[in-house]
Amino acid sequence: MIDTGNLWFIIITLGVGSFLLRFAFIGFIGDRPLPDWLLRHLRYTAVAVLPALVAPLVVFSGEGGSLDAARIGASVATVAAGMATKNLFAAIGAGAATLFALMMLIG
Amino acid sequence: MPATTTKSAFRAGVRDGAPFMVVAAPFALLFGVLATEAGLNLFEVMSFSLVVIAGAAQFTALQLMQDEAPTIIVLVSALAVNLRVAMYSAALTPYLGKAPLWQRACAAYMLVDQSYALSHARFDAEPQMSVPARMSYFFGTCTLLIPTWYAASFAGAALGTALPPQIPLDFALPITFLSMVAPMMRTLPHIVAAGVAIVISIAAASIPYSLGLLVAGIAGMMAGAQVDLWLERRAP
Repeated sequence: MIDTGNLWFIIITLGVGSFLLRFAFIGFIGDRPLPDWLLRHLRYTAVAVLPALVAPLVVFSGEGGSLDAARIGASVATVAAGMATKNLFAAIGAGAATLFALMMLIG
Repeated sequence: MPATTTKSAFRAGVRDGAPFMVVAAPFALLFGVLATEAGLNLFEVMSFSLVVIAGAAQFTALQLMQDEAPTIIVLVSALAVNLRVAMYSAALTPYLGKAPLWQRACAAYMLVDQSYALSHARFDAEPQMSVPARMSYFFGTCTLLIPTWYAASFAGAALGTALPPQIPLDFALPITFLSMVAPMMRTLPHIVAAGVAIVISIAAASIPYSLGLLVAGIAGMMAGAQVDLWLERRAP
């Protein structure tokens, strides 16, 4: 069971911490120019961090961190539809439909 | 296209952000459901979603609290998962850094994957946009998104354990992230950045406390930047 006092400490600390992370550059750095090399790295933030967040969730999606065929299949369908259509909802639809279909098939 | 006014920029932001309600809602809903199952009451669930607004961090914290991990581990892990928002903050600074401090503070509170991704793409594509127009666009993207986050958290908490267990909610998050990333694969550096990040994140998955995510993210960024630089030098 989660302890209530501890829970509130975590909620508030996470809230403050998350805000400070978000405020770090935009608030404290302001309009001082950022160096070219930093901007060049920041251009690739989203395309690096989001796949890094999701890849282990896909690969270790089965029971006890094993491969799960339905979830791998759904991931492949999502990426393929997303790259082909450049449309977020086409990708989500393809992924969800594939996941349901494969779960029915595989059981 | 005529110069973007603040009003038209705000409307464009609202319009571009609207579809993402469908993306954000399942996370918040899922968080509400899982947190309620873990024993949090409605007020605690809502406070969590209002104060933190970060799906991955909230899920991480919830999971670790249930595992009775030490508080410091819960905090460090959840913030590490959320470290990408600091990179978003840095990425938006060249575009929004000249805005008034209170606006930047409000924007910081609402800086999430979707508002960042939409705004950065827009500012990059339209370099002539004024700072007030950019701020308006940014807040426009949040206008429907952030209330959706609160509302869906509430719905999830209210719904609690009533959802049928055969719905594979666990995979809502990966599918959504993949859908966001796939259309970004426009150039070679983007593909290399994603590829390196994927390989390293899988290889580093056993590094505790989500630190593998940071290692992989930083390596991906560096790889993307290097290929970018290489292509630039090669071009006339």
